[in-house]
Amino acid sequence: MSIDWDFIINSLPLYEKAIWITLKLAFGGILISLIIGLLCSAILYFKIKGLDIIVKAYIELSRNTPLLVQIFFLYFGLPKLGLSMSANACAIIGLSFLGGGYMSEAFRSGIEAVRKSQIESGLSIALSKVQLARYVIIPQAFSVSLPSLGANCIFLLKETSVLGAISILDVMNVTKDLIGMYYKTFESLAMLVVVYLILLLPLSILLSWLERKVRYAEFGN
Amino acid sequence: MQNLGIRAMFEGKNFQRLFQGLFVTVEIAFISIIIASILGIIIGLSRTTKLKPILIINRLYLEMFRIIPTLVWLFIFYFGVTTALNVDISGKLISIIVFSLWGAAEMGDIVRGALQSLPRHQIESGKALGLSYFELYMYVLVPQAIRRMLPGTINLATRMIKTTSLVVLIGVIDVVKVGQQIIESSRFKFPTASFWVYAFIFVLYFIICYPLSVLSKRLETKWNA
Repeated sequence: MSIDWDFIINSLPLYEKAIWITLKLAFGGILISLIIGLLCSAILYFKIKGLDIIVKAYIELSRNTPLLVQIFFLYFGLPKLGLSMSANACAIIGLSFLGGGYMSEAFRSGIEAVRKSQIESGLSIALSKVQLARYVIIPQAFSVSLPSLGANCIFLLKETSVLGAISILDVMNVTKDLIGMYYKTFESLAMLVVVYLILLLPLSILLSWLERKVRYAEFGN
Repeated sequence: MQNLGIRAMFEGKNFQRLFQGLFVTVEIAFISIIIASILGIIIGLSRTTKLKPILIINRLYLEMFRIIPTLVWLFIFYFGVTTALNVDISGKLISIIVFSLWGAAEMGDIVRGALQSLPRHQIESGKALGLSYFELYMYVLVPQAIRRMLPGTINLATRMIKTTSLVVLIGVIDVVKVGQQIIESSRFKFPTASFWVYAFIFVLYFIICYPLSVLSKRLETKWNA
C-alpha cells in the first residue's frame, strides 16, 4: 500500500474549509453555552423561585440526552411544526443546549466549593454582597471550575464531529465524501485524525498545564 | 395535522420496532460496558506500577481515545481497519469493539485514580501486617477503591449509552435508524411524524440515562461525605 501524496495535497483545501466551519460552529456553541451556564448557575445560586426548577430540569435534560438526537430533533423534527432553521443554526443551538448544561454544572460546583468560613469571614469584615462576590466567591469559584470549563470546551469541540449528520460540511463529512468518491480510505482517515490532533492536542496540553497552575490558587490545601 | 403525526408511531408494528431498535442500542452499550470494565481494571492495575514503558503505553492509549472523537474511531474501524485487513465486519461488532476500547481507556483512568487516591498508610499498614501483594489488593485496596470507582463508572456508563446514538452513522439499525425508517415510510400519511419520533427517542434516552446519573450523584455525595 502506497500513500497517494498528490491526493492528500489536492484535498487539503477541502479540509481547510471544513476546519474553519468546525471552529466557527464550536466557537459559537462554546460562547453561548458559557453564557447559558453563567445565567443558570446564577439562577441556582440566588435560588430564584420558579426559574430554578426550570433550570434544573434543563440541566438534566441536556446532560442525559445525546447531541445527535438533539440536532436531529432540531433539524428534522421542528420544521414540521413550522419552525425551520438552517443547518448551521441547528448546530449552534444544539451545541449550546448541550454545552449549557455542562457549563452550568461546572460553574455550580465551583461556587459550591467555596467554603462557608470564607463567606462568613468576608461578611464579618463587613464586605458588601457585591464585594463578597467580587473578591471572595468569584476568584475561588473560578479557579476551581476552570479545569472543568476547559474540559467542557474540548468536549464540545469533539462533539462537533456529530454535526456532519445534518449535512454540515465538517471534516467528518468531507472524509466520508472522499472515501465514497475516490476510495482513498487510508489517506482520508489519516487526514481526519491529523485534523483532530491539530485542533485538540494543543488545547488538551494547555488544559493540563492550566490544571497544574490552578492548584496553586486553591485555598488551604 | 399536528396530532396526526404521533399516530405514525403506533401504526402497524412501529412501536414494537422502535423498542427493538432501542434494544440494539442498549445491547451494544451493555456488552461494551462489561468488556470495558474488565479491560479497564487490568489497565488501571497496570498503571500503578513504576515501569516506565507500561506507563507510557497506557498514557498514549488513554490520550489517543480522549483526544480523537469517538465518531472518528468508529470511522477508522469501519472504513480503515476493514479495508486494511480485507475483512467484512458488521457495524454492530465494530461499534462494540470501539466502545469497549474507548471505555477501557476511560475505565483504566478511573481505576488508577481510585487506587492512587487511597491514603499511603493503607498500603504501608497492609505491608506491615505481612500481607502478600495479592492479599494487599484483595482485602485492603480493592474494596476501598471500588467505593471510589463506582460513581465514575456509572457516569461513564451513561456517557457510553449516550454515545451509542452515533452507531446509526456507520449503518447500524439502532433506535435512531428505526425512527428514520418510520418517518420515511409514513412521509405521506403522517407528515409531522419526524417531530414526534425524534421527540420520543429524545425522551427514551433521557429515561435510560437520568436514573443512572442520579444514582451516580447520590453515591458520590454519600461516599465522599
